[in-house]
This record gives sequence, structure tokens and C-alpha cells, in this order.
Amino acid sequence: MIRQLTEFMGREATVAHHFETAEQQKESSFLGMWLFLCQEVLFFGGIFAAYVNYRVMYPEAFIAGSQQLDVFIGAMNTLVLLCSSFTMVYAVWAAQTGFRSKRWHNGAHVAFGLVGTLVFGAAFLGVKVVEYSSKFEHHLVPNLGFIPPVSNIEHPEATEIFFSLYFGMTGLHALHMVVGMAIMLVMLPMAWKGKWNTTNHNFVEGFGLYWHFVDIVWIFIFPFIYLIGNSVGKLT
Amino acid sequence: MARSMTLTPDATPEPEMPKEHYLNASHGLKSWLLTTDHKRIGILYLVSVSVFFLLGGIYAGLIRLELVTPEGDLFQPDTYNRVFTMHAILMIFFFLVPSIPATLGNFLLPLMIGAKDVAFPKLNLASWYMYLIGATLTMVALFAGGVDTGWTFYTPFSTTYSNSYVTTVAIGIFVNGFSSIFTGVNFLVTIHRMRAPGMTWFRLPLFVWAHYATSLIMVLGTPVLAITLLLVGFERMFGLGFFDPALGGDPVLFQHLFWFYSHPAVYIMILPSMGVISEIISAFTRKPIFGYKLIAFSSLGIAVIGFLVWGHHLFVSSQSIYAGLIFSFLTMLVAVPSAIKVFNWSATLYRGSIAYTTPMFYALGFLGLFTIGGLTGLMLGTLGLDIHMHDTYFVVAHFHYIMVGGALMGYLGGMHFWWPKIFGRIVGGFWPHLSALLVFVGFNLTFFPQFVLGYLGMPRRYHVYPDEFQVLHVLSTAGATVLALGYAMPVFYFVWSLKYGKVAGDNPWGAVGLEWETTSPPPLHNFESMPVVDFDAYQYHQPKPHSQGKPATAPSAS
Repeated sequence: MIRQLTEFMGREATVAHHFETAEQQKESSFLGMWLFLCQEVLFFGGIFAAYVNYRVMYPEAFIAGSQQLDVFIGAMNTLVLLCSSFTMVYAVWAAQTGFRSKRWHNGAHVAFGLVGTLVFGAAFLGVKVVEYSSKFEHHLVPNLGFIPPVSNIEHPEATEIFFSLYFGMTGLHALHMVVGMAIMLVMLPMAWKGKWNTTNHNFVEGFGLYWHFVDIVWIFIFPFIYLIGNSVGKLT
Repeated sequence: MARSMTLTPDATPEPEMPKEHYLNASHGLKSWLLTTDHKRIGILYLVSVSVFFLLGGIYAGLIRLELVTPEGDLFQPDTYNRVFTMHAILMIFFFLVPSIPATLGNFLLPLMIGAKDVAFPKLNLASWYMYLIGATLTMVALFAGGVDTGWTFYTPFSTTYSNSYVTTVAIGIFVNGFSSIFTGVNFLVTIHRMRAPGMTWFRLPLFVWAHYATSLIMVLGTPVLAITLLLVGFERMFGLGFFDPALGGDPVLFQHLFWFYSHPAVYIMILPSMGVISEIISAFTRKPIFGYKLIAFSSLGIAVIGFLVWGHHLFVSSQSIYAGLIFSFLTMLVAVPSAIKVFNWSATLYRGSIAYTTPMFYALGFLGLFTIGGLTGLMLGTLGLDIHMHDTYFVVAHFHYIMVGGALMGYLGGMHFWWPKIFGRIVGGFWPHLSALLVFVGFNLTFFPQFVLGYLGMPRRYHVYPDEFQVLHVLSTAGATVLALGYAMPVFYFVWSLKYGKVAGDNPWGAVGLEWETTSPPPLHNFESMPVVDFDAYQYHQPKPHSQGKPATAPSAS
């Protein structure tokens, strides 16, 4: 009975030929997305494991490295990224509920959410570019004239490992954002035309999961990279 | 028993090829290169992995040729390094890992669970293209000069010193990793969400359970290899110091990260093969498999415990002795589910009505070779003994017993078993029997002497050796020749059968399972109508549940 009902309702939406019902299609796409995110966790897990390994080996060098970074800029960027997640939620919510205003149709609201996410994402990356370029000025880029910023600690040379991890972790995170933003650019016109609506919004919702995941990765990177030197005096 | 033992197709009235099936549903190169049909993608994979098996085999031949004499008369030392590295990389990443899942798994999984396709058909095709891109990059590196680090890419040699195409190959393997992950995600979702009505978890064929466990490892293991190779690539390209000892970098960290994937990767290779063996043994003993649930759960057990044993590759790498002890213990633990499987297969054989078909020869060969490979694995997992045998030919022999004697035997057995389903033509008789025999004999002749060599102290990855080892090396090379012959023959009779093979009919083996209830080759959407499942797997010798009245017949010696 329930099966027949869902089948009936499912036919309303677009169901690919190999699925029986829209429900099955929806569950499949979310399960697929969550599994993809699982492998992303393991992917970032590798570099986080490297971070933990070296931080245990060279605690002072990591504190010294972290103290070279601007906590204020990092915190602001975290805020920007959280805002981008908020606008992402707005896009998903608009698609789920079919929300429309007097002036704008439903697809427009989905698109607005995406535009907001794109703007905040671009702002984040812009700040990142500024941060990276200041590293060049301060000779903190590994292999390109790197000079250890401190000398009165054990293993000052290991600060280069810290900055390798800094560039590796933030770089991979930024790469994930760039990929996400490229996908959003493709999504924009489709959203505007109302491709996603109350009956089928799997793609927007799945993409939202991806974007929030990338956000969460940053939530871990931020304290690991920026905050670990805050509670002790400045190393020299 | 009425429905038993029609093993030769000519006992039934001459079957005919179905008029329409997935092979003639559309024509032209484009219909293949842009197909989203899981059956065609399986065949695309079959062709590609066969090419890489051949290439990897050529490198194996070169290695064995060099080792015929104690002197290094065929290769310079550096060339030899490149040859064995390329042999391993091609065989592991471009043949063994995708071999069964991407070919037989792709073809059979939806058929076995009664689905029209895998959950994400386009992703499935994308996985094949990722494989091709990765393979192309690797081939480019190969023709430019190859890699000399060994397939393990140990740092700091790979990051700082190696003067070969490490980065290109690392990127190739990285891209190929996507293919693995896509396949894994696809299979997991397919098994969870695409089962036909009535196909409960414990009615799934064990082939499906094995692929479920394999897919878990693919999804959770591959990304760790990806990040590890990426770090090596970053270090080589941009000089980021992740593993550089000059900065205080830690080479052992690399080994931990690398083996976190690469040990479970062995189970990616062997688990699907175990799934194949379960199907074959049950079909040709005409018995329900013994201990169905235990075999199903032991697949999951292997996948889970397999993630916790990587440290046994690091017994001599300055890993803490206590960590070594724990890893040694966990290694013993992973032998338990493996042994459960072997005992259950043996129990299935007991008083079964065994038919000696080609797939069955491969399956029986698997049982013996896998057992030897597994037991020697326990020897190597023993902390003290490994110090003696680490990096010797004993290790080489051990993992070839698992990866060739185990995984490859299952692959070939499965190919012979399902070939009639895939192409609708029978492969059987003298030549396939002979090839199975040659593979078994050749394999043992190649690799058994290597156990002895290793125990006597012959290190792996050397191209010169003391004179007293020559007899064993010559034996091994002679075995490799026989083995090559055994592998070459199927290429010919499989291709021959496509045109001249006897038409198979839907179910030439009289086997049970949803894949045998559709036509051979199957129609484009697999089944005429959605199958409804009201029976357990492997119901040989038992009346179908809807024929009421008679109790299940106990298997009798026949």
C-alpha cells in the first residue's frame, strides 16, 4: 500500500529509468553523498594525522609558526565562511519549501542563496590570497627563501614543516571551495529556471551537504593552525 | 534428484541466443564509449584490465628472465628497479584492484540483486574514464623512463633522491583512485537501495556481501592513499617539506599513511575473489553453502580488522615494540575470519556432488593456494619471525600466493563461470581444463621455490645473487613460463568462443541465483519484469518454497 502510494507520488517528479520511485532515487543520492563525504573525511584525515604527528614531535616549532599568523584575519574568515553556509541553507530551504515572495519566483530565491554563498566564498578566498602573499613577504613559504621566524627553540627548522602543513591544509581546503564554487556557477541558471522545486531538490540538498562539510573542515583547521600559539608568550 | 546435474548444455534441447540483448541493443563505438549500462561498462573494464594484465605480465617475464643467472646480465641495477616497480604498479593499481569488482562486480551486482542498473550509472562510466586517465598518465611515465622507487614510494627516496617519474605516476594513481572510490560508492548505494522486493540482506548471494565489504575498504581506504601520494607530489613539485629529514620530517609517518591504505588494499583484491569462490563451490557441489551467515559476516570482519593491521609492515621501521606487538596480535586476528571462510568452503565440499568443471578447478586451486598464502602470512605477522624474513623472497612468495594464487584464480574462475552469462556462449572442455591445470602447476613451480629462497636469505628487489640460489631461481623462472602459457590460453579460447562457442542458454550450469533467471546475454534492462524474491540464496537440493508439502531433502552422497 505505502509502496504503491510512494510510487504514485514518485511519478510526479523526474525519476531516472533505473529507479522505481522518487523516494528510492532520493535516498540513493543522499546515501551516495554521505559516502562521498566519508571518503573526504579520510582524505583530510591523512593530512590531519601528519599534523598531529609533527605537532607532537615539534611542539615549540608549531607554536612559533602559529604565532606568525594573524588570528584576527583567520577569525573573520571563519565568520565569512559560516555566513556562506547560512546562505547555502537558505538555498536548500527555498527549494524544499517552494518559498516565493511577491516579487521573486521560487527559483530566484534558490539562486539568491547560491549567489550569497558564492560571494562569501569569494571573499574568503580573497582574504586567503592576501594572507598567502604576506607569507611571501615574510619569508615563510617553504622552499622559496624560507627563513625560520624564530631561533631560540628546539628544532627551529621544523617551522618549515608547520608552514608546509599550513599551505597543504589551507590549500586543499581552498581547492575544495573552488570546485564547489565552479559547480555553483553551473547551478545558478538551472536554479533560476526552477529546476529544483519541492518535489525534486536532491541535487541542491546534496551540494549543500558538500558545502557544509568543507565548512566543517575549516572549523578544524582554524584552531589547529591559528590558535595553538595564543595561550603562551611570543617565542623568538 | 530431478533438477540436478545437467552440467553439460547438450543434455537440454539446443538453446538459442535471445533475439535482443544488451550487446545488440545499440551499435557503434559511441554506444560503447558513452554507455551507462553497467554490463557494457563491465566489458569496457574487462578489456582495459586485460591490457594492463598483459603489460604487467611482460614486466614479470623480464624480472624472471634477469634472475635466471646470478649475474646481472640483462639489466643495469637501476633499470631492474624500474622494471619491478612498473610490474607492481601496473598489476596492483591497474589490474588487481579493479579486476573483479569493476568487471564481474559491475556486470553481476545489479543482476544478482534484481536491479536494472547500479545506483549511479553515469558515475559508473566516469569511473572507467578516471581509470583510463590514470592509466594513461602512468603509461606516459612508463615510456618516459618509469619509476624506480618500488610501488611503495618510500620516502625520503621517493621525495628527495629518486631521479625518475615519481610525480607523474603518483598523479596517475591518484586519479585512478577516483575510479576505485566511484565504484565503491556506487556498489554500497546499489546494495543498500536497489534490491528487488523480497531480496533481504540474508538472501543476498555471498558475492554481493564480499563486494559490500570490498566497497567499504575502497571508500574508506583509497582517500588515505590519495592524500599520501599528494603529499609526496607536493614535496617533489613545490618543495613543501612533509617528509624531508633535513627539516625533521618523519619517513615512518609516510609508511604509516601508505600502509593504512595499502594493507587493506590486499583485501580489496582478495575479498571479491572469495565472493566468486562461494558462488562456484556452492554451484558445483549442488549444496547450499555451509555457514552462510558466517561467511557473510567474515567478509565484513576482514574489512574491519583489515584496517587495523597495517603496522605489521613496519616491524623493522623503528616502530615502537609495543605497537609491533599489538599489530602482530591484530594480524593473527584477521586470520580468524579468513579461516572461517576456508573451513566453510571445505565443509560445503564435504559429501557434495562435485562436478569437475573449469570454474571448479580454479576454485579448488584457490582453496589450496589461498591457505598456503594465508598461513605464511601468519608466519610473517609473527613479530620475531618477521625480523628474519622481512624483505626477503619469503614475503614475495607469500603475497603472490594471496594476490595471484588467491585473487587471480578467483578472477579466472569467475570469468569461466559467468562467461556464458556475459556473452551467451559456453567455454568448457579440454582447453579450459588444461589452462586451469597449467596455471595451478605453473604457479606453484614459480612461487614455492621463492619461499625457500627467502628463508635461505635471498632479499627481494636484487638482480644479482649468490650462485647457490640459482637452482631455485631457474625453477621459478621455468614455472613462470608454464604460468604464462596458462594465462595466454584463455585469451584465445575466450575470443574464439564469442563466435564459435556453443550457445549457452539461460542457465548452462543449472545454478541458482537471480542472474541465472534472465536470458544470456541479459536484456538491456536485465529482467523482463521486476523479479520478486521469495527464496534464500543457494537453494540447491531443496524444493522451491512455493512447491509445498515436501520437506527439504538432505544432501546425499551421490
